[in-house]
Amino acid sequence: MSNLSVDHLLGIKGLSREDIELIFTTADNFKDVINRPIKKVPSLRDITIANLFFENSTRTKLSFELAEKRLSADVVNFSASGSSVKKGETLIDTVNNILAMKVDMVVMRHPNPGAAVFLSRNVNSRIVNAGDGAHEHPTQALLDTYSIREKYGDVEGKKVVIVGDIVHSRVALSNIFALQKLGATVKVCGPQTLIPKYIEDLGVEVELDLREALEWCDIANMLRIQLERQEIKYFPSIREYTMTYGVDAELLNSLSKEITIMHPGPINRGVEMTSDVADSDHAIILNQVENGVAIRMAVLYLLAEKIAR
Amino acid sequence: MQPRILLNSKVLDITIKRLARQLIENHGDFENTVLIGLQPRGIQLADRLHAELKRVLSGADVELGYLDVSFYRDDFRRRDEPITVSETTIDFEIENKKVIMIDDVLYTGRTIRSGMDALMDFGRPKKVEFLVLIDRRFSRQLPIQADYVGRTVDSVVSERVDVNLDNEGHVVLKTIDDE
Repeated sequence: MSNLSVDHLLGIKGLSREDIELIFTTADNFKDVINRPIKKVPSLRDITIANLFFENSTRTKLSFELAEKRLSADVVNFSASGSSVKKGETLIDTVNNILAMKVDMVVMRHPNPGAAVFLSRNVNSRIVNAGDGAHEHPTQALLDTYSIREKYGDVEGKKVVIVGDIVHSRVALSNIFALQKLGATVKVCGPQTLIPKYIEDLGVEVELDLREALEWCDIANMLRIQLERQEIKYFPSIREYTMTYGVDAELLNSLSKEITIMHPGPINRGVEMTSDVADSDHAIILNQVENGVAIRMAVLYLLAEKIAR
Repeated sequence: MQPRILLNSKVLDITIKRLARQLIENHGDFENTVLIGLQPRGIQLADRLHAELKRVLSGADVELGYLDVSFYRDDFRRRDEPITVSETTIDFEIENKKVIMIDDVLYTGRTIRSGMDALMDFGRPKKVEFLVLIDRRFSRQLPIQADYVGRTVDSVVSERVDVNLDNEGHVVLKTIDDE
């Protein structure tokens, strides 16, 4: 008999290893459910969930919405464009207005780091962080580590390198926390300008050479180069980035062992990796997407269980 | 109060053999009938029955699955203890099959109600029957009854039926305060 130790999912940092393992075992059951002819269970039919996306998202939003619907929750969607946010309404007012319509849980993506924590302290609802600025993206890290567990049986002892734009990446931070809590060793790899200055304080090693990093690791998680966040130039050109930090089949095949390639999506084909890598047997990118729905169902189910009637 | 033994290992064995014979009476060689044990406590009984059926039918292919009903329960968010989820393994089609659902104890009837909902999400069975080892009558909260019953007992809310099917096994009736 176990229960999550938290009332909201704000980040991986606040979770215990037991929490993560409980989410995983619950997700195993939901993965089974979403592969049945009727991919739906009635657990959350008296729960209403609002998806508040103050920042663009396709996959995460779709994945959450599917997870909610497969748990039979009622879903309302909100995106910042075309809303009263543009008219100057504050975040607390926006959310309280939505909650006044009897909403039980809020899934939120927001460009400001800490937005989910702030909300959890100021409104009376369960909050699931679907990404807050460059801070955390907990469900992504859960589905990434879940996919590693699925492929290898365990995360403990695995060597994982996170490649690319670490400094802007909430996926990187959440992954570092999740991997370390589960007993994996983490390195980051990328141009010096995209590596946060004090990253080593998190117990993470920095490797600037991609080949070295790939030779060391079991799994490489290739982050997307956020073309929209490159208003300051962190590297001379995309072409140079690709030549130094892009993975192609030739590089993969020249390694002394087989490694697994992950990517949180959306892929810039030909930038972080070539198409032949993305579509190869090394890549588990589509498994990650499938697991995302099961993981989000598990998170929503376990948090909903703690809502008093 | 001392726990009262409802079925000792010998009687338990006879009961399971009788239930298996009753099933054969109605389902013949199990060509179109499958067994589904309800997680977590019905699966041991399902295993025992399955083995017995295979023995009597000399190795006939009897399909056996396990069904977890956690996500279909009507007491989600209403319990003190969180629900522990177990595995569902049904590796065959139930569409148009006769399904025998198996659990150890029939008490309020709420578990089997969830079980029927869960089962329907796997297809439309031709017929569903329910087998229990112990039927605690007079304690039903839903209009539900079993088709095959090992033993019927009269019990009160402060009592609990403990089914132990490890090794030889036995079934006892305990007062909850004893624990």
